[in-house]
Amino acid sequence: MNERHGGGDWIGRSAARVEDQVLLRGGARFLDDIVMPDLAEATFVRSPLAHGVIRSINCDAARALPGVHAVYVFADLRRVLTQDAIPLALPAGGLRFDVDPTCLAIDEVCYVGEPVAIVVATTRRIAEDAAALVELDIEALPVVVDPVEGLQPGAPEARLTCPDNLVARTKVDYGDVEGAFEGAAHVVRETFRLNKGGGHPMEPRGVVARHDELTDQLTLWNSTQMPHRAKAMLVATLGLSERQVRVVTPEVGGGFGTKAVFHPEELATPAAALLLKRPIKWVEDRFESFTASIGEREQIWTVEAAFEADGRLRGIRGTLVYDHGAATPYGIALPFNAATNLIGPYILPAYRMLIDLCLTNKTPAAPTRGAGRPQGTFVMERLLDRMALRLALPRDEIRRRNMIAPGQMPYTIPVKQRDGSMMVYDSGDYPQSQALALKAAGWADFPQRQKAAREQGRFIGLGLANYVEATGRGPFESVSVSIGPSGQVVVSSGATAQGQGVKTMLAQVVAQVLDVAPQSIHVVVGDTSATPAGLGAYASRQAVTAGNAAFAAATLLANKAKIAAAELLEASVEDLVIREGVVEVKGVPGHGASLTQIARALAGTPGFALPGNLPPGLSAASDFMTSGLSYTNGCHLAEVEVDPDTGGVKILRYVVVHDCGRMINPMMVEGQILGGVIHGVGMTLFEWMRYDREGQPLTATLADYLLPTSDVAPRLEIHHLESPTPLNPLGVKGAAESGTIGAPATIVSAIEDALRPLDIRVTQLPVTPPQLRKLIRDAQSSELRP
Amino acid sequence: MKAPPFHYHAPDDLASAVALLATLENARVLAGGQSLMPMMNLRLAGPDHLIDLGRIADLRRIEETPQGLRIGAMTTQRALEKSDLVRRLCPLLAEAVALVGHQQTRNRGTLGGSLCHLDPGAELPVVAAALDAVLHVAGPAGARRIAFRDFPLDYLTPSLAPGEVLTHVDIARAPANSGAAFLEFNRRPADFAIVSAAATLTLGVDGRITQAAIALGGVSHAPVRLAQAEAGLIGARASVSAWESAAHLAAQSPCDGDELYPADYRQELSGVLVRRALAIACQRAGGAAHV
Repeated sequence: MNERHGGGDWIGRSAARVEDQVLLRGGARFLDDIVMPDLAEATFVRSPLAHGVIRSINCDAARALPGVHAVYVFADLRRVLTQDAIPLALPAGGLRFDVDPTCLAIDEVCYVGEPVAIVVATTRRIAEDAAALVELDIEALPVVVDPVEGLQPGAPEARLTCPDNLVARTKVDYGDVEGAFEGAAHVVRETFRLNKGGGHPMEPRGVVARHDELTDQLTLWNSTQMPHRAKAMLVATLGLSERQVRVVTPEVGGGFGTKAVFHPEELATPAAALLLKRPIKWVEDRFESFTASIGEREQIWTVEAAFEADGRLRGIRGTLVYDHGAATPYGIALPFNAATNLIGPYILPAYRMLIDLCLTNKTPAAPTRGAGRPQGTFVMERLLDRMALRLALPRDEIRRRNMIAPGQMPYTIPVKQRDGSMMVYDSGDYPQSQALALKAAGWADFPQRQKAAREQGRFIGLGLANYVEATGRGPFESVSVSIGPSGQVVVSSGATAQGQGVKTMLAQVVAQVLDVAPQSIHVVVGDTSATPAGLGAYASRQAVTAGNAAFAAATLLANKAKIAAAELLEASVEDLVIREGVVEVKGVPGHGASLTQIARALAGTPGFALPGNLPPGLSAASDFMTSGLSYTNGCHLAEVEVDPDTGGVKILRYVVVHDCGRMINPMMVEGQILGGVIHGVGMTLFEWMRYDREGQPLTATLADYLLPTSDVAPRLEIHHLESPTPLNPLGVKGAAESGTIGAPATIVSAIEDALRPLDIRVTQLPVTPPQLRKLIRDAQSSELRP
Repeated sequence: MKAPPFHYHAPDDLASAVALLATLENARVLAGGQSLMPMMNLRLAGPDHLIDLGRIADLRRIEETPQGLRIGAMTTQRALEKSDLVRRLCPLLAEAVALVGHQQTRNRGTLGGSLCHLDPGAELPVVAAALDAVLHVAGPAGARRIAFRDFPLDYLTPSLAPGEVLTHVDIARAPANSGAAFLEFNRRPADFAIVSAAATLTLGVDGRITQAAIALGGVSHAPVRLAQAEAGLIGARASVSAWESAAHLAAQSPCDGDELYPADYRQELSGVLVRRALAIACQRAGGAAHV
């Protein structure tokens, strides 16, 4: 591009992040840093029971406490609401009924932590003192904790208002499944239980709501991934016009899906601010983030796979029971992602997965980094390892025999997606990805190293897994680029930033076109008043959608600048290039007009014509609309050491080969991979949101719920392939979740390898030391039997 | 997660602290605050008065005595970790204290706070049990000494009378030809132990074991000494089979469990950790490396 049109050389460079100056100097403003006159603070009275009917709520003592402004229950807030429920559920054919949450419980509580009342006081401490004085009379009801049990006849009802607990039933179904099993040489069967976890951003959720009487505008500062959707929810539920609502995200300290879904507090707080006529801040504390923030991952798979004698897959069938929690904020997306991502980079001729979604009395489930896909990948990779062992085939070989070849791209799988289109893999070289990973990790030499270690009494193992990730979900993202008379380049987008480097990504794309330094560009994201339409951060999409929108908008702006410059320079447009922010005549350095000069000319002078008869202003906007999902892929290898006496597992080494198409900033891609893998390490070895039989959370502090810390995070070796996608001009795919998707399957493959010849079958996540120790003990005793 | 209201007191001397503690209703001592403050923020504890011992300089010291070490209750875990005196006179404590929490929490957490809080997964009470530490307390009725074995009454409950404050701890110096080891098993290095084991051994000139102490943490509300296993080691030659016998007894020692880490798993860990700790302690005592 540079030769013909000019422009910079920024795409593909590990440029320093434009965000970091302010972050590293402590100048960033996060949600809790926002202060303003008369700002009150809120806390929520939450249900202490997993299920019950509210008999009464007595707020008298709480309201009488000095410093308390108000205590509101649902009936109070309802005065400013247009409807009871928050209309969240994504439409889906399989849904049997919608269970939308309410901003405060009306008369039934369905999980521990469900908000029942909002207490507003001069300080958070006083609000908590008052919350402790609210007398809740809740009649306990039977609870559903386990989704499999919840679907049994005679199970208690998780919600009295629903006909039963089967909130949705759907399936993935193609090919001749019966035929695949009838003619199979081998069949492997397994049941997998994958437990609940969460995103757990270091900065919890939070909002500040202020209604300005003068402008009649409600502003919600919100630590969210999706400010435009939050605005739409407020418009719908508060009966306000779009002009009256603005949602702004300050700096956000991590999202990971947790902050994508609109939660009840995001409505209850502004509703209370409207009633109280006073700005209110609510910042989630850690206990609330364990009980009131969405999580997911609980899935129970019963599955069998049919193989040819040579290890090629004939078909897979089974059932998937999914824990939906107490509401359905995200429809059927998660188990559907899980079931479809099972297919991965392999040729699967026939497939039927019956999916049941069960309402339970646990915190509602919604996407957490990976969004169901790590589970599907885990199941497929475990089945392949199992079959390899039975056939005495190397684990890499069985995968090689099943892989989609690069020549088969684009590869269509007859599964309909959410938008009605078929599932199409756009590009990628799966065999090369695996080959590179095997080489990098020393796969061929490992058996010798394993043998040597075993002679020293050490049990080391090497595991591998391949996966794909559907990225860049649509329908669109918007970007505008403008340069005013000051010369400042401003990029505004509906994309949002949670620390992943979205501003840098957008700045680099625009810098590529305008040949200016990314650091000189001012990027505005996460403000509904700066960009009229937008969607935000979910489904590893922003480089694909906003990145390409930025590229298109900057190109439009550059073209406009050239038309204006052609008149100013008395040159023809075709002869102009942009170099270092100056439009100049090709081959005549110094003969040019800077973008600033052009912006001034296009700002207009009273009574004079604009150059080139152009519309005013040096600005352009573009929406990128996706034509399909782009599939990132990768191969992970992990080397672990297992202590067979304790069941302890240590990751010694971790290799990633990653292909997300063309990379805009490799350093930031690697940051995403690293964070993603560590989330996957957590899911595999540590994180488990546990509940007792009464639905009481057992792991509601960071001491009890084990997040992976830097002590247990492996050092990563990352290698890249770049198979550009044909689906967008930049050729980019998403990178935010693939680390998480590959990790559980890889680490478990390594654990099982470390313990061979014992036939250890890990079927549960996370792998805890007592469980692994039990598997070892059982395998040892069956080994001893004649 | 904001603590309920409370009054904060920061006396400059021990007598004032004891007087405050004895006269104020629902008062608690604040040492490093690494357990108490989170409990207050979670509203699991709600004292009306906190008496901060942080300004009492006399409680913050590490001294060599003819018998060994005298350590003030307010000595931080980080100070113990960095102390040459501790490393020289009591290597078991030096090894264990480095495993307490994170460096950031060790900067504030204290020896006395850990011993009085008595978390079953904590490291320092296990060291105190293994080394027969002697605790000195001051109270309205004067000062007294408590052998550590008599200190834990129940879960998170030390045998301190109302108004009593732990002031310092005496630990005997490690004898010549002795070795010690502290091992723990947990999911992440900075966590409380699921099970921990402390072992000390002294070897006689003939290579036979003349002294042994084994303590387990994480198996009960308080650290457990394995008297029978210790007795079995005295007079025995250092050997794998000696460690195995002690480990066997450790694995049979009564044990509490929960759903995640059941008693039988903790007992297995007890056996493994005792076997390994004894082997390391023996090696450190100058015994043959192969055992």
